[in-house]
Amino acid sequence: MKKIHLDDLPLNCTGKVDTLHCEGAIRRRLLDLGIVKGTKIIPILKSPCGDPTAFVIRGSTIALRKEDSNLIEVIL
Amino acid sequence: MGLTATSCGSTLLDDEVLNLQKNCDYTIAIAGNPNVGKSTIFNALTGLHQHTGNWPGKTVSNASGICVHKEKSLLLVDIPGTYSLMSNSQEEEIARDYICFGNPDTTIIILDATCIEKNLNLVFQTLEITNKVVVCVNLLDEAKKKHINIDLDMLSNYLGVPVVGTIARKSKTLKQLLDTTIKVASGEIVPKPKIVKYHPLIEDAILILEGKLAPILAHKNEMLLRWVCLKLLDGDSKIINSIENNFNVSFSDIMPFIESIREDLANNDITASNFRDKVVSSIVFRAEDICNNVVQIERENYAIRDRKIDKILTSKKFGIPIMILFLGIIFWITITGANYPSSLLSNLFGFVQEKLLIFFNKINAPSWLSGILVDGMFQTVAWVVSVMLPPMAIFFPLFTILEDLGYLPRIAFNLDHYFKKACTTGKQALTMCMGFGCNAAGVVGCRIIDSPRERLIAILTNAFVPCNGRFPFLIIVASIFIGSVTTRYKSIYFIYYLCFSYHFTWYLFNFTCI
Repeated sequence: MKKIHLDDLPLNCTGKVDTLHCEGAIRRRLLDLGIVKGTKIIPILKSPCGDPTAFVIRGSTIALRKEDSNLIEVIL
Repeated sequence: MGLTATSCGSTLLDDEVLNLQKNCDYTIAIAGNPNVGKSTIFNALTGLHQHTGNWPGKTVSNASGICVHKEKSLLLVDIPGTYSLMSNSQEEEIARDYICFGNPDTTIIILDATCIEKNLNLVFQTLEITNKVVVCVNLLDEAKKKHINIDLDMLSNYLGVPVVGTIARKSKTLKQLLDTTIKVASGEIVPKPKIVKYHPLIEDAILILEGKLAPILAHKNEMLLRWVCLKLLDGDSKIINSIENNFNVSFSDIMPFIESIREDLANNDITASNFRDKVVSSIVFRAEDICNNVVQIERENYAIRDRKIDKILTSKKFGIPIMILFLGIIFWITITGANYPSSLLSNLFGFVQEKLLIFFNKINAPSWLSGILVDGMFQTVAWVVSVMLPPMAIFFPLFTILEDLGYLPRIAFNLDHYFKKACTTGKQALTMCMGFGCNAAGVVGCRIIDSPRERLIAILTNAFVPCNGRFPFLIIVASIFIGSVTTRYKSIYFIYYLCFSYHFTWYLFNFTCI
């Protein structure tokens, strides 16, 4: 039960969302994408510069920038 | 699509839609997530009978069209693509207001068959507002390619509303969609949506509030009552205001009562800040549950092959070189390839011009007349067409191939980091690429950018990307000032313009108050 930020999650490792450290529009947007407590997230690709990273979330692939993925805490 | 008075929105769409509505049997709203083929279906159904404009008072474009099916005329209204009806972006507000207050006879919600789970969020939120819903699972052909099987009947059972599967290219599936839609609109089928049940405490609160609200919203149906209760408990002032305005009611009397319910909830650990989380979580988990039963992925390794290709296309070593190679090939084919049809066209027009001049001589037309008509008008049009048409006719189809291959999102993904340094998103790379074909197309394409500020800047800087039409002109001007222009110079100009556009974006973002 180790909690880490989503951007520290190594590629192809599954994490479960624990908390979202944000409010307002960004939080709503993340919720719309189906990122709620308990959602499984797998980082699968990093762009050539290391940021953004693409994640598989609920069957679709979504790219998040570091500053956004940093807001999500996951359990390994 | 020409810039006509109606397409510029000089006539208020409000009246226009109302007028159309009078002449049609049913009004149908078409909703869905972005990129699920909503516009393709809309275009296939309405053909050329479309009206475009803006939603009244908003910068979001509106399209409505008429479609005749089995002697019933349907007014189809294309609602902006959204993931949810809860957030406060302009698009979502319009979508919500139209479904809720626009009184469409039926709402068609279009889903992407390849990721139903994400799309169901919107379905459940719409089902809370109205029961007259037809769910349309689109892109079944894509799903088949990815070996995803969807049990449509089971999905219909779970949702309680009719579900139709479509492939936008096959008109037979669209006819089925229209059949079902008309049945729902006419009341032949009465859908009984199975909506999401929330946390027991929230359900209790809704029940209490419903009793209090029933006299105020006496003329509305039960479903809407539940939805209004939920929104009142949520406390989003924007939604509450638009409910008050559209239904001509006032909630100010019962506000203290609502506050007391909220306090009760807060004592039970459902606070204002996590209320929406709980609501969304319930929807998301219900969607997950349904998908686990309805969707079957036959061969998982299909995704593995895709991922391997993705890994190469976005790798540190090959990602950017492959991208430059792809775009380079496209530009090379466009510029060299366009030469042949260009010269062919200009020869053809030259030939016609000669004949025209002979004709004008023969009828003894005064020289000023042949000057205006032939040397002026005809020649200008001929030049513009012969210079601009061939590159566009080559560039855009090639660009479409990249789009169909799904390579464009990868370009945005690869370049996002660099564009972030200019304070914008990787998506601007795509609109700039489009700008090489035609700035107008590039500017229209800017609607893919979410943030209004970034979108505006992408629109402004798009003008600095030399389009196919300006490119030959720039080369001529350059050759006048510098002398002969070799290919090397051409590429230098190319890069110079790109850098200029990039820097200007950065400048606009940092030193202006757009």
